[in-house]
Amino acid sequence: MTRLLTMTNLVIEGFQKDGWTTIVNGVDVHVDRGEVLGLIGESGAGKSTIGIASMGYCRAGCRIVGGSIVFDGMELTTASRRALRRIRGRRASYVAQSAAASFNPAHRLIRQYAEAPVRHGVLARTEAERNARAIYRRFNLPDPDRIGGRFPHQVSGGQLQRAMVAMAMACSPDLIVFDEPTTALDVTTQIEVLAAIKDAIKDLNSAAMYITHDLAVVSQVADRIMVLRHGDLVEEGRTKFLLASPRRSYTRALLSVRKGGGERVAHPEQGQRLLEVSDVTAAYVDGVPVLRQVSLEVTRSKTVALVGESGSGKSTLARVITGLLPQEAGHVLFDGQDLRPRFFERSKEMLRRLQMIYQMPDVALNPRQKVQEILGRPLEFYFSMRGSKKQNRVRELLEQIELPDHYASRYPSELSGGEKQRIAIARALAARPDLIICDEVTSALDQLVAAEILKLLQRLQNELGVSYLFITHDLATVKVISDEIVVMLEGRVVEHGATREILEPPHHEYTEMLLASVPEMDPDWLDTLLATRVGALLREGERMHAPE
Amino acid sequence: MIARLTRSFLKVPWSAQLGFVIIALNVIAFVFAPVLAPYPETQIIGRGWEPGFWAMDCSDEAVSQRGPCWSELNTDRAKGKAWLGTDHLGRDLLTRVLYGARNTISIALLITGLSFFIGMTFGFLAATMRGWVDQLVSRIVDIMMAYPTLIFALIILSVAGTSTLVLVLVIAILDSTRVFRLSRAVAMDIVVTEYVESARLRGEGLLWLMRREILPNTLPPLIAEFGLRFCFVFLFLSALSFLGLGLQPPMADWGSMVKENSGVITFGVYNALIPAFAIAFITIGVNLVVDWFLRKAAGLRDEY
Repeated sequence: MTRLLTMTNLVIEGFQKDGWTTIVNGVDVHVDRGEVLGLIGESGAGKSTIGIASMGYCRAGCRIVGGSIVFDGMELTTASRRALRRIRGRRASYVAQSAAASFNPAHRLIRQYAEAPVRHGVLARTEAERNARAIYRRFNLPDPDRIGGRFPHQVSGGQLQRAMVAMAMACSPDLIVFDEPTTALDVTTQIEVLAAIKDAIKDLNSAAMYITHDLAVVSQVADRIMVLRHGDLVEEGRTKFLLASPRRSYTRALLSVRKGGGERVAHPEQGQRLLEVSDVTAAYVDGVPVLRQVSLEVTRSKTVALVGESGSGKSTLARVITGLLPQEAGHVLFDGQDLRPRFFERSKEMLRRLQMIYQMPDVALNPRQKVQEILGRPLEFYFSMRGSKKQNRVRELLEQIELPDHYASRYPSELSGGEKQRIAIARALAARPDLIICDEVTSALDQLVAAEILKLLQRLQNELGVSYLFITHDLATVKVISDEIVVMLEGRVVEHGATREILEPPHHEYTEMLLASVPEMDPDWLDTLLATRVGALLREGERMHAPE
Repeated sequence: MIARLTRSFLKVPWSAQLGFVIIALNVIAFVFAPVLAPYPETQIIGRGWEPGFWAMDCSDEAVSQRGPCWSELNTDRAKGKAWLGTDHLGRDLLTRVLYGARNTISIALLITGLSFFIGMTFGFLAATMRGWVDQLVSRIVDIMMAYPTLIFALIILSVAGTSTLVLVLVIAILDSTRVFRLSRAVAMDIVVTEYVESARLRGEGLLWLMRREILPNTLPPLIAEFGLRFCFVFLFLSALSFLGLGLQPPMADWGSMVKENSGVITFGVYNALIPAFAIAFITIGVNLVVDWFLRKAAGLRDEY
């Protein structure tokens, strides 16, 4: 194999409040023709920065200060803008994490597909459009001859991401950079896109860089993996060897994340019924029902996981329980009392006992309040705590979430993603609630950080006896934390029961599909899955339908 | 403290520095007008429209071309005291400009502050409550904005009279419609965030939501807008004074000074330009600072 890309001793800096800081710290990267390199690491590892640097580009506020980038014999760090333009989009292309944010919403898909080849003078428009339809068909997009005529908002997330991969292939590039292309997707949708990416690479026999924080995903596509951390290379090796015998402890930690979990302690009040949702039907303004006669129960000091893909109605159920969306029919009972449908009709005491933690800690904390104020306000509001009493309790809360005292004087922007989520947990705990609704609390976090958060939540349940309603689409999380599982599909509950029962066969076929879609740390997992009946359905992007 | 201020002042781009200097000069004029001014606000010191320092040339040629020379006209001024000449009634222009800074700036500040208070209160209220409250307030604002502001103001002022209080209220209310639009729009982005939702679910009242959750997060664009609005109010006030419906004589104010002295500009008496320059000066100064702040608030940086 011949060498396509060589980056030697690459140093990239980014501008921050107090000057330039190093993002990539002298890393050597090389990619051969026809090879797929996986870049893996937590956020801030510099993997995306390296990915785009392979095209001689860096984001606004960054600069390449050292090293060389040689693409097929050409030095990119010193190349002219014109020379770079001939490479970008034509010989090297980029697939971004969020296709929804990367497509221009005002143009049809096929037009955007044809833009690069036509602008670069590689193909005529009609020819490019013919290719597009062929690739759409290859990727199993529905109605491939006409789907290109749609606008980005008219297709589903998985379809759009596949269209984006197709677009990256338009000029038959030598190198494709995939930057977390499946991270924002459901597990089932991830399969469609992964299958398409694998096909794309095989068809073109081009080189690729695959950037992700999920080792299981990268092991499906990559020939070789580089583990990065804080801008340094931790470990590099062929996929099979790296998975089988990681040399560094950081890699081992990444590999073992999915197995971990805290132990459970029985609580005296355990088993009392706390939340009861019976036959709830709800709809948004357009009148299409999002929830249809949903019932579930949460008992004290237990965790109930609510599982389903996006659009299954699980977050809507949380909105009904919290009183943000009044239900059309059915009842919600909390500790034996009827919960009023709207939150502002509920008593302060009721609001206190039911708290919520959100998916994105960045937007869940007011950026203009210090941790002291964020945690202090519920204390003041519910328990009329003031002065030193309040401060002591804030300190106690910080201790519970394993953060040092001096964090009280920080703003959320001075915290990492995991720390912010801890503060959000502490804010919920400050109210001394009976039930906390956790809405995808770990899905925006890196795996290692997410595992820590899950452990923390489990420990807090053991100590305080709080119940969780845990909303997630990630079954790996569910295994770790839940006592009971409720599986939702199209606004209905399709299966519910104790975690062990649900996770062991026989499953409802939808549950089976969800379970099969969780990537495993086995390089052959995807191929094996796609060979099965469920896998075939998944790759078509076929969806199960709830029983009427 | 002073060292730190100086250091952060030096970091600011030169255009904004210039703006700060201009504002500082105006603040000095504002505060120390009675000390700095050579004469009392309304004292007549000579004849009307006497020239200032530009008529210092007393050669025969110059006098024959331009008219009488400086020293012949006014003995006081000959001592170097009426540098900017006199207005149509023979009052010292320098004095009037200094006092004018006082009256015009304070009233413009008062109006801008009031219009922001009204506009932001209703804007945040509409964004937080939505539903019929939002509809009602927004439609009323639409109706008010459908009329050209100047004509609207002229109608009300000619009916309600031109006391300073009426003037302040009318301009503030008219201007608050613009502030309402902006503050409603920025608050709308904040209202849907999860920290506001979590504050609502905590059971917080409307006032807390508006003051503690929304206000701090909407401040940067609103402060920038404050600077711009101040300029507009200032110009609007001057325009009204120019039309005779603004601040009433004998109060010194830059707009009326332009009006009173502009009639003779075609005869080569340029005294009207002095208060006009003062208006332009502060408007440009405030805008320079606001531009810098807007860029800063938007996170745009040019030092790469």
